[in-house]
Amino acid sequence: MSDILKMGVSRRGVLGAGLAGASMLAMPSILWAQDKSLKVGVYGGYFKDSFDKNIFPDFTKATGIAVESVAEPTGEAWLVQLQQAAQAGQAPADISMMSQVAMLKGQATDLWTPLDTSKLKNFSNLLDRFVNKYPDGRVAGIGAVSWYITLVTNTDVYKEPPTSWEALWDPANADKLGLLALVSNSFLLEVTAKTYMGGTNALDTDEGLEKAFAKLAEVKPNVRLWYRDEAQFEQSLKSGEIPMGQYYHDVTGLAAADGNPVRSTFPKEGGIQDSGCWALSRASGKVEEAHVFIDYMSQPSVQSLLSRKVGTSPTVKREVTDLTDKEFAAVSSDIEPIIPRYDLYQTKSDWLNQKWTELIVG
Amino acid sequence: MRREPPQRLVDYAPIAFPAIMLTVFFVIPFATMIAVSFFQRQQGGFYIPAFQLANYERFLSLFFANVLGFSLMLAIVVAICCVLLALPFTYLLARMSRKAQVVWLVALLSVLSLSEVIIGFAWSTLFSRTAGITNLLVMMGVMSEAKALLPSFGAVLTGMVYQAFPYTVLVLYPAIVRLDPTLTEAARTLGASPLKAFFTVVVPALRNTITATLIMVFIFALGSYLLPQLLGRPQHWTLSVLITDQAVYQSNMPFAAAMAVFLVLVTLGLVALTAFVGRKGEAA
Repeated sequence: MSDILKMGVSRRGVLGAGLAGASMLAMPSILWAQDKSLKVGVYGGYFKDSFDKNIFPDFTKATGIAVESVAEPTGEAWLVQLQQAAQAGQAPADISMMSQVAMLKGQATDLWTPLDTSKLKNFSNLLDRFVNKYPDGRVAGIGAVSWYITLVTNTDVYKEPPTSWEALWDPANADKLGLLALVSNSFLLEVTAKTYMGGTNALDTDEGLEKAFAKLAEVKPNVRLWYRDEAQFEQSLKSGEIPMGQYYHDVTGLAAADGNPVRSTFPKEGGIQDSGCWALSRASGKVEEAHVFIDYMSQPSVQSLLSRKVGTSPTVKREVTDLTDKEFAAVSSDIEPIIPRYDLYQTKSDWLNQKWTELIVG
Repeated sequence: MRREPPQRLVDYAPIAFPAIMLTVFFVIPFATMIAVSFFQRQQGGFYIPAFQLANYERFLSLFFANVLGFSLMLAIVVAICCVLLALPFTYLLARMSRKAQVVWLVALLSVLSLSEVIIGFAWSTLFSRTAGITNLLVMMGVMSEAKALLPSFGAVLTGMVYQAFPYTVLVLYPAIVRLDPTLTEAARTLGASPLKAFFTVVVPALRNTITATLIMVFIFALGSYLLPQLLGRPQHWTLSVLITDQAVYQSNMPFAAAMAVFLVLVTLGLVALTAFVGRKGEAA
């Protein structure tokens, strides 16, 4: 450093070079075609890295539309930013990957530009549950990625895989379970409703919710760990310390492939399928490009690629993909999934949160 | 050097920098938090400026009273355990050779460099059934089979005491080193055993330091939110855990802020009470 300074480069020059370097690093990672471009918000970290590497370069090659990927935080912070920017006529990203609850909250303020499905050639391939609609039927978003939370077990402790979510209630499993700690990410109310109350429609009324909470309270003695941190549970599951619980299907599969004694089972009531949508901010003028992008992402071949490279479950019908049985089983299942009741987490979130916290802490 | 009270504005200049820092990084954020605690939560949105007491009303329930009570109890127990362990330890440390003291202090300081996450995961491994310390006891024939020591209150307490112990020693150390050795010598010449001299001379002489240390560890322990999650069951979660839930996962800033303000007020109240009782004891 002192040598550089002696060579007659001013301090300001060094600072300037540093700034230029820093701004180069901060520049969007992919920016090729100059004429057409699209800013795409993707969950930061693993998802953004995978998309930058496996998906976006091919998209630009195929369509001539440059993609500038923006790392967005999970949770609702990104929704708030999009909303505030849209009020000022700005779009920090044209199209964003949004959680289902965020989709509903955005709908409430008309944040999402309705999509014209006639422009989406691959629309007919999509599974119905991946078309997010406004109450009046306009399409607010199209499924981007989806993943499963299933019943996982340690194979050393459980020689036979469990077949039903009822295993969570089995008195034989006292103090053996690891479950997610939040009402809005564990989706255990839905599991309870599907397993014991005939389906998630049972949660429509407050009485139904109360009943589900009461049934869920019976699980408490079996739970050893209510986790927020995934690593904490994954480690305990591998070692057999906490031999059963709910966890991500794809991650469990990877752990098993690495030789760990774990397995993921789709119970007969179905795995929990959570997902994210592509949605277009109303402040964006890139409506054409956005439709091209969504159509591209909904191609069976791209969905297959995502399943293989990113580990997500396809948003299109299984028969149109070219996934082998093994590849499909690694990310999904033919058993009808439990779809979370996202609407509840919008309209009753505080009440549910309070009841839930009292249930597990009290 | 004579000390004069500041006469002109310029005389205050040396404290301007800390004052600005304190304002920018403490007063303003804290004031913002108080303001937000009165804002209106928009379910399914964020919050809008308003003045309402609903956030405080929601907090005033038996459920949250229990959680608050547990948090305070936990912090007090941690403080007492830390001081009980650290006082004799530091007293003996201060009597060691200079070289030994340096080694011990460096070791303690290195514990401070560990993050709460690492401490939490390390203890959760040590207390586990599959890889934990009970396996050693089984090997030695003390126990018949290995068992998990967590999640439990004991595990939470151990983790938190471990984390706060170095601070406790570092706060006690200067006072104990400066303690006049002739005091104990006098006690010994008058026939007190070393133990008796410690309790009847050293401890009373250090009363103010001990009180200050208790308060410091108490406040330090009150903010802990990771260790109770990693090592305890939900009933061992502190109020800080629930504040995090509201702020980070529920986007309910107003309610989180109200809980935080309440926690700060209760803490200040307890500290004031301790100081008041301490001064009264001294006057008597």
